[in-house]
Amino acid sequence: MTTAVQQIETYLESFTEFQRSALGGNLVWLRDLREDAFALFCKAGFPTTHDEDWRFTNVAPIVRTRFALATGGAPELTDSDLRQWRMGTPGVELVFVNGKFARELSTFNAVPAGIWISVLNEAITSQPEIIQADLGHYLDIRRDPFCALNTAFAEDGAYIRIERDAVLEAPIHLLFVSTASEQPLMIHPRNLLVFGDESQATIIEEYVSLGTGTILSNSATELIAGEGATVSHYMIEREHKEAFNISTLRIQQGRSANVASHSLLLGGGLVRNNVHPVLAGEGGECLINGLFIGEDRQHLDNYMHVEHASPHCSSRQFYNGILDEHAHGVFHGRIVVHKQAQKTDAKQTNRNLLLSDDTQMDTKPQLEIYADDVKCTHGATIGQIEENALFYLRSRGIDETSARKILLLAFASECLERMKVGPVRTHAECLVHEHLLSLARHSVRRDAGERAESGRERNWEEVG
Amino acid sequence: MSLLEVRNLHVAVGGDEILKGIDLQVNVGEVHSIMGPNGSGKSTLAQVLSRRETYQVTNGEVVFDGKDLLAMKPEEAACEGVFMAFQYPVEIPGISNPYFLRSALNAIRKHRGEDDMDAMDFLPMFREKLKLLEMDEKLMNRSVNEGFSGGEKKRNEILQMAVLEPKLAILDETDSGLDIDALRIVAKGVNTMRSPSRAMLVVTHYQRLLNHIVPDFVHVLVDGRIVRSGGPELALELEAKGYGWIEGQARRIMPASA
Repeated sequence: MTTAVQQIETYLESFTEFQRSALGGNLVWLRDLREDAFALFCKAGFPTTHDEDWRFTNVAPIVRTRFALATGGAPELTDSDLRQWRMGTPGVELVFVNGKFARELSTFNAVPAGIWISVLNEAITSQPEIIQADLGHYLDIRRDPFCALNTAFAEDGAYIRIERDAVLEAPIHLLFVSTASEQPLMIHPRNLLVFGDESQATIIEEYVSLGTGTILSNSATELIAGEGATVSHYMIEREHKEAFNISTLRIQQGRSANVASHSLLLGGGLVRNNVHPVLAGEGGECLINGLFIGEDRQHLDNYMHVEHASPHCSSRQFYNGILDEHAHGVFHGRIVVHKQAQKTDAKQTNRNLLLSDDTQMDTKPQLEIYADDVKCTHGATIGQIEENALFYLRSRGIDETSARKILLLAFASECLERMKVGPVRTHAECLVHEHLLSLARHSVRRDAGERAESGRERNWEEVG
Repeated sequence: MSLLEVRNLHVAVGGDEILKGIDLQVNVGEVHSIMGPNGSGKSTLAQVLSRRETYQVTNGEVVFDGKDLLAMKPEEAACEGVFMAFQYPVEIPGISNPYFLRSALNAIRKHRGEDDMDAMDFLPMFREKLKLLEMDEKLMNRSVNEGFSGGEKKRNEILQMAVLEPKLAILDETDSGLDIDALRIVAKGVNTMRSPSRAMLVVTHYQRLLNHIVPDFVHVLVDGRIVRSGGPELALELEAKGYGWIEGQARRIMPASA
């Protein structure tokens, strides 16, 4: 068994190697940023379930695995390998294969003036001062060792800058593809998304896998929304069920900025989805919307940390979870209202549907309020498919699989309907429909034997 | 022609026997009413016929349109033409009424080997039925039964029946909780559906509904058995004398030990 010390040594080897060859190694500020982050990671080590922030998620399987940094060129993939994941919209699509930007697979259609779309390592060399002004200024590497690790290896990822007043209608699709490989791979995508005042754009960060190699995707995104900017960010996780995926979205919102974070977790084995908006300017609005659907032994952890740092801001968190088989879901909703953030309006709702007796759901609200004139509410429910509703649908001629799918979809559509109508929502709806149909089929087959004895009655439990 | 034949039906829930040998024959074109005091097993009979799985049939058989009804799942019974208007219609948030009804209608059409009805054909027909039940179209943009009043829910049941056009319509205490106006509208909807090719089973505690939907036959259910059958005049007699009268008679015929 690998000890923690041996483990850190493995990362030290990778880091030393990385620092030798990484782009931007000649920039002192970047060297320092990476080295300081690595030192922090070494000092903190991986979190354990004794850490309050990681109470429900055991990362031991990640600690146990010896991951190597993906080196060399990206594996040769062709357009046909990617066709299944293409959005089919006229916008920009940046493809990363095992963490490396794949230019030949990417498309840069119709980019209007005032919009800069690039990759981080190129921007680091071509415009280091501009990158220096934002990179690493927001991500909290002291609190989260995974963020520290990401910063230590920060090199590849998307760099998007939207100038003041610029509007990009078509979504920007960031597609991260992992491929099967002989040894466990780790990638640390680092995205820097800067939106000028009054600008408008939609970004999709999507993780998929080709083959079933062991992979750790440890991504971090810094999203900076200027005054009055309107930004939608989508995180879509659909890797294979052995994949480790840790992602952090750190949002910095200026005055009256309106940011929506939508998460759709369908794949991955051990998934941690961190969303950390800071409402730094007055009158900002933040929507944090999520849907997670787990089966097998998937572990889907959603850690929300919403910081109100200015007056008159509102935040809305809505997370719905559907769990089947032995899946484990976590929703940790932390709201911090700073002293100066008067007239804060923060709301949090987490609803969960459990389809089998072997699932586990941990939901935990955590409110820290230092201002005295605020409105903060939270609520959570855990329930099952209502047998009454199922019978009602079936008694009208709808077969059991379809009836279950209809009920699951109704539950999921609460989240889908918060997404703005358009290509991304259509994309999300297709993914969810397909996923829920297979879930419905599955549960009909499984339940066929064990039913008849006693109908399960409605059983909603208030937990918050 | 016999549409429904119930023979010596025994049904239990969690070990308690609720129905203790029901015999009933319903022919197409007939309207039968099942009356009885609370706890007599009326609703159990309705639910078993619509194939709710929480009830265990311990003995007997039910033939529907020449087929073994007890071997059918709820959706199969529905596709064969059984419809039950629920005593307590279920709210289903997130599913719109037209979507739900069109899914149901198309499932039934598929079973019959007919093509799907698309939204273009469905909506005019649906609006027509809405008018029959004097229902506001706006109500229909809401989720199934969500936020509906008691009367609206019951009208929605009859609306579904009108759209799905079953061979056997079972009304499970559709009159409970209805004011006289709603009762009149529901009864009008049901009467419009009376047809020589359809049968109805009207389950009720009170005679009131039967002033509006006049049955061909009335059966009185007491303690899981049909103790008396007759014409519509039986309902009036029951109303005048109360269930105590017939329960007393039933006890004399069947001692408590039975």
